Amino acid sequence: MIAELGLAMLWMAAALAVLQLVAGALALRPATAHLAGVVRPVAMLQGLLVACAFAALIWLFLNTDLSVKLVAENSHSAKPFIFKLAGTWGNHEGSMLMWVTIMSMAGGFVALIEKRLREETLIATLAGQAFVSLGFYAFLLLASNPFTRLPEPAPEGAGLNPLLQDIGLAFHPPTLYVGYVGLSIAFSFAVGALVTRDVGPAFARAMRPWVLGAWIFLTLGITAGSYWAYYTLGWGGWWFWDPVENASLMPWLAATALLHSCSVLAARNALRTWTVMLGVIAFSMSMVGTFLVRSGILTSVHAFAVDPTRGSFILALLAIYIGGALLLFALRASTVTEGARFAVVSRESALVFNNVMLCGILGIVLVGTLYPLLTEAMGVKVSVGPPYFNPVSAVFAIPMMLVMAVGPVLRWREDKGGRITWQIAVPAAVMAAALLAVELLFAPINLLPALGLAIAPGLAVASLQPLVGRNLRRTPLATYGMVIGHLGIAVALFGMASEGAFSTERLAAMNPGDSQQVGPFKVTLQDIGPVAGPNWTALEATVAASYAGGAATVLHPQARVFANPPGNRTESALLTRWNGQLYAVLGEEGEDGRWQMRFWWKPFVPMIWYGGALVALGGLLALMGRVARDVKRLVATDKIAWRRERQGR
Amino acid sequence: MRGLLLALLALIALSAPLAAQDMLPPAPYAYKQLADPAQERKAQALMETLRCLKCQSQSIADSDAPMAGDMRHQVRTRIAAGEEPEAIRQWLIERYGDYVSYTPQVKPLTWPLFAAPLLFLALAAFLLRGRFRRSKGA
Amino acid sequence: MSTAEQSKRPGLAVWLPLGLFAGFLALVIVGLYWPADREVSSAFIGKPLPAFDLPPATDERPGLATAQFQQGGKPRLLNVFASWCVPCAVEAPQLAALAKQGVEIDGVAIRDRKEDVARFLGQYGNPFARIGKDDLSQVQLAIGSSGVPETFVVDGKGIIRYQHIGDIRQEDIPLILRKLAEAEGGAQ
Repeated sequence: MIAELGLAMLWMAAALAVLQLVAGALALRPATAHLAGVVRPVAMLQGLLVACAFAALIWLFLNTDLSVKLVAENSHSAKPFIFKLAGTWGNHEGSMLMWVTIMSMAGGFVALIEKRLREETLIATLAGQAFVSLGFYAFLLLASNPFTRLPEPAPEGAGLNPLLQDIGLAFHPPTLYVGYVGLSIAFSFAVGALVTRDVGPAFARAMRPWVLGAWIFLTLGITAGSYWAYYTLGWGGWWFWDPVENASLMPWLAATALLHSCSVLAARNALRTWTVMLGVIAFSMSMVGTFLVRSGILTSVHAFAVDPTRGSFILALLAIYIGGALLLFALRASTVTEGARFAVVSRESALVFNNVMLCGILGIVLVGTLYPLLTEAMGVKVSVGPPYFNPVSAVFAIPMMLVMAVGPVLRWREDKGGRITWQIAVPAAVMAAALLAVELLFAPINLLPALGLAIAPGLAVASLQPLVGRNLRRTPLATYGMVIGHLGIAVALFGMASEGAFSTERLAAMNPGDSQQVGPFKVTLQDIGPVAGPNWTALEATVAASYAGGAATVLHPQARVFANPPGNRTESALLTRWNGQLYAVLGEEGEDGRWQMRFWWKPFVPMIWYGGALVALGGLLALMGRVARDVKRLVATDKIAWRRERQGR
Repeated sequence: MRGLLLALLALIALSAPLAAQDMLPPAPYAYKQLADPAQERKAQALMETLRCLKCQSQSIADSDAPMAGDMRHQVRTRIAAGEEPEAIRQWLIERYGDYVSYTPQVKPLTWPLFAAPLLFLALAAFLLRGRFRRSKGA
Repeated sequence: MSTAEQSKRPGLAVWLPLGLFAGFLALVIVGLYWPADREVSSAFIGKPLPAFDLPPATDERPGLATAQFQQGGKPRLLNVFASWCVPCAVEAPQLAALAKQGVEIDGVAIRDRKEDVARFLGQYGNPFARIGKDDLSQVQLAIGSSGVPETFVVDGKGIIRYQHIGDIRQEDIPLILRKLAEAEGGAQ
């Protein structure tokens, strides 16, 4: 009953999306302009219906309704509650429903609150949003219905893949989806603005909170995903430039660029074409990423069978939406004048530089990810990996970070280098001193980590400079957001460089009682024994680790075995100190009865993720600042309107 | 991230029989470091740039596949015997093609990969020409 | 905003994103519908077998060394297999059929124990003239093989002529025989 109800609500929501699109499109013509009043309520109702459909699917998963095919294939009655919940979106159909849900709810929310934009542009935006949603409704209803019943209820569910039975991965995909979908709103705004030729500061201000929100979630998603890969894959790596990682990085890079060009457009009415372009690109990258992951087009050797129909469907959506938007862009961009100019030394040009460099990185990530596909089409296999991505992206990232150090203290429109001599000199001095210290104390270090260790402290100092000489209580929240965001980049950079420069690895075959030295740690394997979890069993090692002769801390790395469905997973154990992390992995038992243990000491490695979290926090502060200001303005205009209405009577 | 890919692939492969694994212990230098730290550093740097042939896009330095272990053994014993890392890379490329190396080799087929960054910068310069206002003093 | 500050309108550059996107679409359509072979084939075809000398993998057959491929004579098959590999068991009847037709087959057992190899051969038949034991995948790496089973055609001078990746199916037998005949012709 619940399943049928869910499906019915999904169909109704799809029908409302059609209505929203048609009414929105007609409302743009003078003859049928009266239809505009329909669009907002329909958008809200559509969001509500699809949210109910998603709630129905969650209910089915929580109750393990085994007569539903999706539940039977992906859940199991003996699974912990949290993974029953996460199982809802831990599969193709459920994740697509989640995608549509977030997308339609966001659309409904725009319809509810957005008041600054010209009504016409907003209607075009909502019509665009309905158009995008429709593709995903079609995908769901025609090719991946989550509510299909089985002819006979299954006796028991097949369970959730062990890799997915992890709290990190349970919430990683939804985080990224929220980010992707937030960018779809930005995309719709860009399309709406192109349709009505209405690209200006109001458009940028309306779009900015959505971009910020999306960007916060993408930042969190990538940070959490990186940490998840770090502790689950069991080899201490935190970023591999794997196609799937790149697929999540590309939208982030585009959104970061968009965020910055939005501020230029909002504040100075410049970079109009460029911002609209980025609005389209950012969502394109989300869809390209989804396509690359779901179609399996880039998976490698001895691959599993890939389902080409899903890939085809996403590709068709991609071609329609992105191709259509880019065509619209090409036709309309020449009517969107580019806006105000600025001097070479100005905040705008620093932001433009940042944009160009971010797009440069985006470009090489895209090219590097797709290049193997290109050569394969010509019959040659190549691999493009970290030895390409690291140095080539650094070519763009290093100048970008140097400009980032001074950009925030520059004035809009026009500035003089002489005015900010001190603000340039202090970070430069810090960088030079750090570089000297690194070279003298720790040589030999590879070039990139050394540069990272030098730039990070300078950038950290520079990121705080916009606060110098200001009344800290009257500084806007958005400024704090920027400061903390930039500081987060410096912190993450320091973590990355330190990990690259100072990690120590220790592989050892050990008997219980044996000890090893890992960097400053002395680790002793004390015992190995079996343990049982809710739906797994494991071999667990007891490892005592003492830092520089201090008291010992006990670690428990595990090798877990799952039964439903069968699978293995290593569970590494981490010991976090303020100055780094000890990483312990239990390997296999050798023929001589000794255990293969792997240890790493990674100085300051958690700063990578602390930095990521700081960046997201900065985004959150900026968002709060912007929204609070918008709400204030909204209340004020409402008051004026109300007074006018009363006076009119 | 990559884990997501693995998980998705695993989901797809659930119905397929599990691949059989051999019962032999790993090769001596699969999980054992070289005694000389300088040599081990060289070997590690090389292993991080060699692709595991049996895995989903992983380097041999972070894979548990037995064949990756055997490749690590090869790399470590060859480095210990005094071979240069690049010679080992070439030895493998001779056998498996460029696929085995994560470091793209500079050759006619790959020049666009290295030209791309320059191209992007040139493109940006082209698009932004005339965007800047001359400063008032000039 | 004064109109003097407005820049001139963008020209053809606005079509660039659409052009690039079309290129991307073309690329992924080719990749999706005409996917390249996912196997990693050996780059060692046409090159002489590298030097190796493997101990026997079973007491019933001698070990395997490069020299045995270089004595002139007929082309031989070099089958890379393992007792723990399911497709290897699946291709056993095809190897037996080839052996019955007079094809000489040598085996390399990858990461295997003697007792397991003996059990495997007892169960699925033994078409091999010689079987070398490759515990560290050294020969496998040296000839550019990336998995089991793989079958190489090696001519009388010890030159690798052809590589078959994966298990040999019934329908692959004519191709293997043709490659053997070509190798014989080429070597003379």
